Amino acid sequence: MSTATTAPADSTTILDARGLKVYFPVKRGLIIQRTVGVVKAVDGVDLQIKRGDTLGLVGESGSGKTTLGRAILRLSEASGGSITYEGEDILTLRGAQMRNLKQKIGMVFQDPYGSLNPRMTAGNIVAEPMQIHKIFDNRSDIRDRVMELFDTVGLNRSMATRYPHEFSGGQRQRIGIARALASGPSLLICDEPVSALDVSIQAQIISLFDRLKEEQNLTYLFIAHDLSVVRHVSDRVAVMYLGKIVEQGDADAIYRDPQHPYTKALLSAVPIPDPVVESKRERVVLKGDMPSPLNPPKGCVFSTRCPVAEERCFNETPQPRPYSDGRQIACHKVDG
Amino acid sequence: MTETLLKVEHLQTEFRTEGGVVKAVDDVTFEIKQGETFALVGESGCGKSVTALSIMRLIPNPPGEITGGSIEFDGENLLDLSDSDMRDLRGSKIGMIFQEPMSSLNPVLTIESQLAEPLKIHMNLSSKAANDRAQELIDMVGIPDSKTRLRQYPHELSGGQRQRIMIAMAMSCTPRLLIADEATTALDVTIQAQILDLMQDVTEQSGASLLIITHNLGIVARYADRVAVMYAGKLREVSDAPSMYANPLHPYTVGLLRSVPRLDSDKGTPLAPIAGEIPDLTNLPDGCAFNPRCKWAVDRCSNESPELSEISPTTQVACFEHSSVTLHA
Repeated sequence: MSTATTAPADSTTILDARGLKVYFPVKRGLIIQRTVGVVKAVDGVDLQIKRGDTLGLVGESGSGKTTLGRAILRLSEASGGSITYEGEDILTLRGAQMRNLKQKIGMVFQDPYGSLNPRMTAGNIVAEPMQIHKIFDNRSDIRDRVMELFDTVGLNRSMATRYPHEFSGGQRQRIGIARALASGPSLLICDEPVSALDVSIQAQIISLFDRLKEEQNLTYLFIAHDLSVVRHVSDRVAVMYLGKIVEQGDADAIYRDPQHPYTKALLSAVPIPDPVVESKRERVVLKGDMPSPLNPPKGCVFSTRCPVAEERCFNETPQPRPYSDGRQIACHKVDG
Repeated sequence: MTETLLKVEHLQTEFRTEGGVVKAVDDVTFEIKQGETFALVGESGCGKSVTALSIMRLIPNPPGEITGGSIEFDGENLLDLSDSDMRDLRGSKIGMIFQEPMSSLNPVLTIESQLAEPLKIHMNLSSKAANDRAQELIDMVGIPDSKTRLRQYPHELSGGQRQRIMIAMAMSCTPRLLIADEATTALDVTIQAQILDLMQDVTEQSGASLLIITHNLGIVARYADRVAVMYAGKLREVSDAPSMYANPLHPYTVGLLRSVPRLDSDKGTPLAPIAGEIPDLTNLPDGCAFNPRCKWAVDRCSNESPELSEISPTTQVACFEHSSVTLHA
């Protein structure tokens, strides 16, 4: 249904998800388990990423943005829809083909403490993907490449023999990035890669992402809740709410002139570090909380908090429609 | 001139650790006027939370101890009060909200009994009167369906609602000062805006002062009248908020401002991160603790530690080179 409304992917599209659904069953009972409901974490999402672009995926906790990122690497199984990567259908890949895909897509996680094996040295952590994917025949080539990667992400070569606990949060995130780059991916999925870091360290890591993109021709799917960070890195932006993408398109256009009522509220909630600008801003403050994904509202998912909702919003689910500048917006109240 | 409500002078709080004595708060001096919103900003480990806990005298001892200075609140030195006098003051004259509402609420008591407790203790209300007041408070902080909510337990509420309960509780005895320690850090941005607006409204209505402790420079810009920047246990700059943003005087303040991506800047506007890492408090660099990361550092900075000194009636800075520091290099 929604696939019919979007333009066909062109040759520069590296990742193309259509009507993607990821549902999680909710089970009750200790011994005899029965399914009592279903959480639609991702519910019919269309998402395209062009080669060399950075797509910022934003949304609040529980919006499904992390699940969407994980579904691409099949860390969460999709319940419906399709995902193609460089023309290849990801959801039907098995065994060696899937390993092959994981070589081309790297992932950087939020928690630099939980995502590194504490019993491995930093050097081995970075070398492991190369061993798994059998990229080099001998160990000295791997070692050389590890050293190169350490240089690339700004870590001292002598640190390769240390263990994760000996590093600071920012340095651990650099190790995580080096590991993600080790297999030579073309797409990096970064899931909240800087949100656990302090402001001054966060800026260092963002600058590293900027530099890597230029040097290595990378494409990023940048998942984050911090809209200012996403502003800095993204070419295109997709805004998620309760399993759906409500607005998607050119980052400049969306930040300058948000159209979906949720995007408007979200952007106006973010304080700008400048008292002069702040005192002049018009603000939309949303009432209430995001509804439980177990029991999403009928009609538009945002209708319960929307300041402009009218009757049909409570009954009919709006489909993404093209806006005049090429954006896709899922709102009954926005005309193209 | 408005009256001073809280005056912290030369506050010194130390922790004994295996690595040696850590001066978590080192010679900190600032004051908060009646009715103003004051922000204490800094990165993790800079001592901003320890400053707040010192004001509340909630430093765990051992390993921590307030070793010097004074905290004058409403005319009396809190450090001279007996433990029981201090207990009377906490929750009545000074309210505090923490980052984790779930761990600040008792999971086995209903919202009603938790809200009524301080009213019974500090205001000698009867159970009936306290419960009635609890419902008023819940209405005040904007939680719908207050009758049902009162009978619920903390786990039945969302994070934002729990934080509203914490505000209701902290404001229940109409304190003169409300301390919010990273109170919205764990919340989503739309909820964060709701909660901060609410805190501003309730303190404005009662004429209380608000001390916001945060790492978020956007929040400071939106809500604070005055601001203090903390780094490695010391205040580096204290100023009124508009002038600090327009004309920061400490290199660390400049570094912070240039490190944060802004919602309203164009894509690709380069960030200027502060080089290096936050120092280990057990092993601080000699002289000014910021000197190894500072672009303006001169020889003197690695030998002597600059004192916080007055530049104008509203601005104090601790930097030898402040006259050459500019936001746009």
